[in-house]
Amino acid sequence: MNSLTVEAPGLLTTVQDLGRPGFGIRGISPSGAADPVALQLGNLLVGNAQGSAALEMTMMGRNFIFSEPTTIALAGSDFAATLNGQALDTWRSYSVAAGENLHVGSTRGGARCYLCVAGGIEVEPFLGSASTHLVSGLGGFAGRSLRKGDVLRVGNAGTRFAERTLSSAALRILQLHKPMLRVTDGPQCDLFSAQTVRSFYESEFRVTEESNRLGLRLEGPALKSTLQQEMITEGVTLGAIQITPSGQPIVLFVEQQTTGGYPKIANVIGADLFRIGQLRPRDSIRFERVSFAQARAAWLELQQLLTSGDTLFA
Amino acid sequence: MRFRAASDSALLVYLGDEISLEVHRRVLALLQILQQERPGWLINLQPAYCSLLVTFDPLQIDHSEVEAAVREFASHLPETRLPAARLIEIPVCYGGGFGPDLQEVAVLHGLPAAQIIELHSLRTYHAYFLGFAPGFAYLGDLADEIATPRLATPRKIVPAGSVGIAGKQTAVYPFATPGGWRLIGRTPLRVFAAEREPMEMIAIGDEVRFQPISAEEFRALEST
Repeated sequence: MNSLTVEAPGLLTTVQDLGRPGFGIRGISPSGAADPVALQLGNLLVGNAQGSAALEMTMMGRNFIFSEPTTIALAGSDFAATLNGQALDTWRSYSVAAGENLHVGSTRGGARCYLCVAGGIEVEPFLGSASTHLVSGLGGFAGRSLRKGDVLRVGNAGTRFAERTLSSAALRILQLHKPMLRVTDGPQCDLFSAQTVRSFYESEFRVTEESNRLGLRLEGPALKSTLQQEMITEGVTLGAIQITPSGQPIVLFVEQQTTGGYPKIANVIGADLFRIGQLRPRDSIRFERVSFAQARAAWLELQQLLTSGDTLFA
Repeated sequence: MRFRAASDSALLVYLGDEISLEVHRRVLALLQILQQERPGWLINLQPAYCSLLVTFDPLQIDHSEVEAAVREFASHLPETRLPAARLIEIPVCYGGGFGPDLQEVAVLHGLPAAQIIELHSLRTYHAYFLGFAPGFAYLGDLADEIATPRLATPRKIVPAGSVGIAGKQTAVYPFATPGGWRLIGRTPLRVFAAEREPMEMIAIGDEVRFQPISAEEFRALEST
């Protein structure tokens, strides 16, 4: 069996793919990669289908050993990885020999790095997806984050692309380090005064330690809504920016609650959701208001980039 | 009917402005139509008390087109028949270690604990929607006499199976999660089980009753 063994634990490493949308009626949020763009590009680098399952590492990595010769790529933030002591670049695929030791260190940039392996990580799908849903302990590898000694099955690889590198043009288009999230108006934006809305767009917010795959709690100027009584609970979207009674924003993320009762001032656009996955505690961000037409154009541009085939690579 | 863009790929459809069975039946009917029609652009449906959140593929359709499509679907609301509600019975051991907030709820309302149990278990509840966590059904409406605000500080961990009340709602926690509802009892049943179909014991639109059981009965049911 082609497999990958976890030799040393890191902070939080889970199996993720593009998630399982469509089960809101059961109260199940889609989960999936926090940075789906990195996941997809990493998969393309090793010749996998874009949405294959990979390992999502948070803030720091682990030690991994491969049972068979294979091809791997690290995508997302640079976690100072080495293969038998040799430094590895992110956004590039490498050949690995059987028994070789991959060490993934601590982040030098954002919050998440993906380890993509040719053939993908194979786990029993839950509702059609390999993604781990940590809150409920469902999906992924035993519904939990990986531990020392876990052995993960690797699927059969098709065409492999050892030594493939993402083009600098593609990286430029992604603007990975932009400290700005584009948003559209939230469904309750009119429950905030013009002055509060201005303060939301003109201020810098800090990501707090209480941030995870469910949501990111931000710290900034108090943003009070004009709401007189409690709102009736309603369905909430990925990337919704809800304002708690204390006046601080929570950005709902991949393992979000599917319903909520706080007013939403804005919503991160689809094309910028992957940037949330790279935010770390203490990072500063700002919000930029765009129209729905601009949001759609940005989404189209991102999807075109992800499906542009060989032109993605140098 | 009122529409509101929720995000660049989602539209909130409001079918009323209050928590009532009448409004919720309209939510259920629109949900049923959309589930039957399954338009190709549809990604997800999230019903709630008086709204339906419709998530769509923005490469196929935009907000105004979704609104037009939903209006067209909604024109069939008057003749849409909902299936008869299932009745789900949930055994609950009230108080003690299983319901650590029961005494406080009794004190808050100036009622004996036995009466809180009676008021909670005599009613048939309506499952408005599932949210918060997989299989977590929002049940209502609680008797006014026992409507209770949430805890000021949520618990870091609520044991799976805990039965909580908050405002005029009640629910069973399917998983050990953080939670701010007041816990008055616990069921030995697993209200969500991934290996079972359906996974969720309570589905939207169901009727739910709670049956008081003793600690011995709890242990007996737990081991089956």
